[in-house]
Amino acid sequence: MWKFIHQLASPPHFYRIAPAFIRWLAVPGLLLIAYGTYAGLFVAPMDYQQGDAFRIIYIHVPSAYLSMMAYMIMAVSAGIGLIWRIKLSHAVAAAAAPLGAWFTFLALATGSIWGKPMWGTWWEWGDPRLTSELIMLFLYFGYMALRGAIDDTAKADKASAVLALVGAVNVPIIHFSVEWWSSLHQGPTIIKEGGPAMDAAMLYPLLAMILGFTLVFGALLLRRVRAEVLYRERRTRWVKEMILAGGN
Amino acid sequence: MLAVGLVVVGVAVATGLTLQAMKDSMMFFVSVTEVAEGKYPENRNFRVGGLVKDGTVQREEGSLEMTFTVTDLRCDLGVSYSGVLPDLFREGQGVVAHGRLNESGMFVADEILAKHDENYMAPEVADSLAEHVQDQTLGLQEGPAECPTSDS
Repeated sequence: MWKFIHQLASPPHFYRIAPAFIRWLAVPGLLLIAYGTYAGLFVAPMDYQQGDAFRIIYIHVPSAYLSMMAYMIMAVSAGIGLIWRIKLSHAVAAAAAPLGAWFTFLALATGSIWGKPMWGTWWEWGDPRLTSELIMLFLYFGYMALRGAIDDTAKADKASAVLALVGAVNVPIIHFSVEWWSSLHQGPTIIKEGGPAMDAAMLYPLLAMILGFTLVFGALLLRRVRAEVLYRERRTRWVKEMILAGGN
Repeated sequence: MLAVGLVVVGVAVATGLTLQAMKDSMMFFVSVTEVAEGKYPENRNFRVGGLVKDGTVQREEGSLEMTFTVTDLRCDLGVSYSGVLPDLFREGQGVVAHGRLNESGMFVADEILAKHDENYMAPEVADSLAEHVQDQTLGLQEGPAECPTSDS
């Protein structure tokens, strides 16, 4: 077990084995998204209140969930990198940030498009769920800007890791905002007392979308980490040898 | 490792205390009972949330003027509004109204937002549910029947 983890943390080893993992994440992930899109649009019945408009849930919920998941991956990797000084861990954190920012943007945009016809507003300042999610977008931006502002990789790793860890307090705030405070946003549908408050025919495509989005996110993350590793190790012998040998 | 741990704990505690202090001002809306208790910001606009009471929506012929009663199953509050309503506005559904109380205790709203609950179901399922369950309270508990008065 420890040997496996130790090996995985070695950049050349990770670089070599990552493509296999990427394939095994991307293919089932894309299949699940294909099923979820079809079933979500054509098989799931329309909602008794919202009609067909509720179907935006199949993009909105997976995006919102991944925006928080990506932040946790970023913060935990940054923390591990800071404590145990594992370089690969910092590479994971750096690679996760733009992906997380995109999913946060998607969650905000789809939420806004959904909010206009249903709630009657694109955006409400002061709503705890909306505002805390927007703060997370700014945290991602801040993290990326801080990394970009420091030339020395080791220093950038350390400074941005502290920012990522401090910002992590926002994740539970987003999650519990609808329970702690009154909000325009409704409470959780899937994970709640007494089971999901959703018809099975609506729920299965949603679960497929959530899992599919997660797997594709994993594949994209590994691809980005691989590129990050290559850039960070650009002056090492193994990269030089690999390029001379004509490998990729 | 110790330094990182201390930073994380320190930030968490600071955030917790801040949130505790801001608990009330973070509320997006106040409930109808809170309005009855006088717990609302005076001399400025605020939001009140609750359910549109069944059978209380009255529209004035030929204009956008309307009145309805918003309730949290404990207290009622009359609301008047003139403007466009969101799709989800209907009797028995959640709404959030923005505005202020006038002298006669009527809430004059300048914006009405609809709030939906976490339940998603097919229309047929909703119909058969409605046959079996008479009163869909949408997550609100039937509180003590009396509504508190604001003379305290």
